[in-house]
Amino acid sequence: MSKKRVVSATINGNTTEFLCEPRQTLLEVLRNVLNMTGTKEGCTNGNCGSCTVLLNGRPVTSCLVLAVEADGASVRTIEGVACGSHLDPVQQCFLEGAALQCGICTPGFIMQTEALLEQNGHPTEADVRFHLAGNLCRCTGYDKIVRSVLAAAEFKRGEATT
Amino acid sequence: MRDFDYAAPTTLADAVMLLSRGNGAARPLAGGTDLIDHVRTGRLAPDTVVDIKKIAELNVLEASPQGLRLGAAVPCYRVYGHAAIVADYSALADSGHIIGGVQIQTRASFGGNVCNSGPAADSTPSLIALGAVCVIAGPKGTREVPAEDFCTDPSKNVLQPGELLVEFRIPARAKNSGSHYRRFIPRNEMDIAVVSVAASVTLDDAKQKIIAARISLGAVAPKPLLATDAAAVLIGQVPTDDILAKAADAARKIATPITDMRGTAEYRTHLVGVLVTRVLQAAITRAKGEKLDYRPGH
Ligand code: FES
Ligand code: FES
Repeated sequence: MSKKRVVSATINGNTTEFLCEPRQTLLEVLRNVLNMTGTKEGCTNGNCGSCTVLLNGRPVTSCLVLAVEADGASVRTIEGVACGSHLDPVQQCFLEGAALQCGICTPGFIMQTEALLEQNGHPTEADVRFHLAGNLCRCTGYDKIVRSVLAAAEFKRGEATT
Repeated sequence: MRDFDYAAPTTLADAVMLLSRGNGAARPLAGGTDLIDHVRTGRLAPDTVVDIKKIAELNVLEASPQGLRLGAAVPCYRVYGHAAIVADYSALADSGHIIGGVQIQTRASFGGNVCNSGPAADSTPSLIALGAVCVIAGPKGTREVPAEDFCTDPSKNVLQPGELLVEFRIPARAKNSGSHYRRFIPRNEMDIAVVSVAASVTLDDAKQKIIAARISLGAVAPKPLLATDAAAVLIGQVPTDDILAKAADAARKIATPITDMRGTAEYRTHLVGVLVTRVLQAAITRAKGEKLDYRPGH
């Protein structure tokens, strides 16, 4: 078996060191080594987006990243989105907009939405649908997700001006 | 997933050394969007995965009067986020925007897409249409291969054991030229091309007649094709509907598509004509310096 490596990464703002084998993905390490099970596994091949995390600020499917590649990187996961029990606007809007049913896709959609709204504070519906095309949902039919993302964008714009 | 070792060399020489050792049992890792899935499913069984993203030459992204240098490991988002590429090598930006979803574009590289050598790869036709040359490093030194000669069959290409694709070199955009890439899929995004076409067109000083053109077709043969005869029809001509239809006819003649769940051979051949016409019109619009009304995925 290949030697385990020590990897050091900043996860949700905390410097974290972990041991992993080269064949372990970032998704596996988050869930099974670090016990951060908020990030979900759907397809394990890059199709569904449920494992989306932000790697150095950009969304990636963590099932297609080797954990060793995260050495020196900053990683943001769903666990880093809420502030204690205070939900982030995207989470709040998903909740109020009933944008989830079983919830497996939700952490991925939230992370992907965080990435969108950081880049584009005024997304159109078409922008939202294009940006979220790499996230699949088997339950909601997407409309409520798209409307909740638009609502979160509007909420954040309101926050920015007050 | 199967066990393997991991190395992340910082020089090209070290990467070539690692890839040459073990006789094909080492595989390069750029974005990993194909490789990691292939290892997991057992389609590939490398002993060593060589992460090539720490090598300067593979990350080069530089537009100069000599042309564009695009490192093989540069991810899609950097390609379409590069102002000079959007302005002068537009087909590359068009490709980068529709390879997978945004998450995949953070990682997936044009080099990986080309080396994976799928007949429907979205980056290869654009590179062919823009006249890209692939720079390859190996144990015996460096060599160059035109993009249209790189792929040889589905999942096959000219790379020899130990060789690594380093970068694409693309000639500087000619005055009054423009390019475009488009694919047909039954969805808006996140799909594999049923047919795809890239074209680059150069107009004369009066912006009336075509003086140079390159057209490439994807998903209609075992490898992406350079449609030489279709381009030849256009030279010296004003691009009327009639001339574009002749080019589309010539392009259809070299298509040898398969029938599968995405479409029949007849359907694909028909689509070649439709897309060649539309992509040429779009490239001409850009060659005139006019804004193209096109949004990826719509
Ligand atoms: S689990 Fe990673 S994309 Fe589906
Ligand atoms: S809520 Fe069940 S998959 Fe989206």
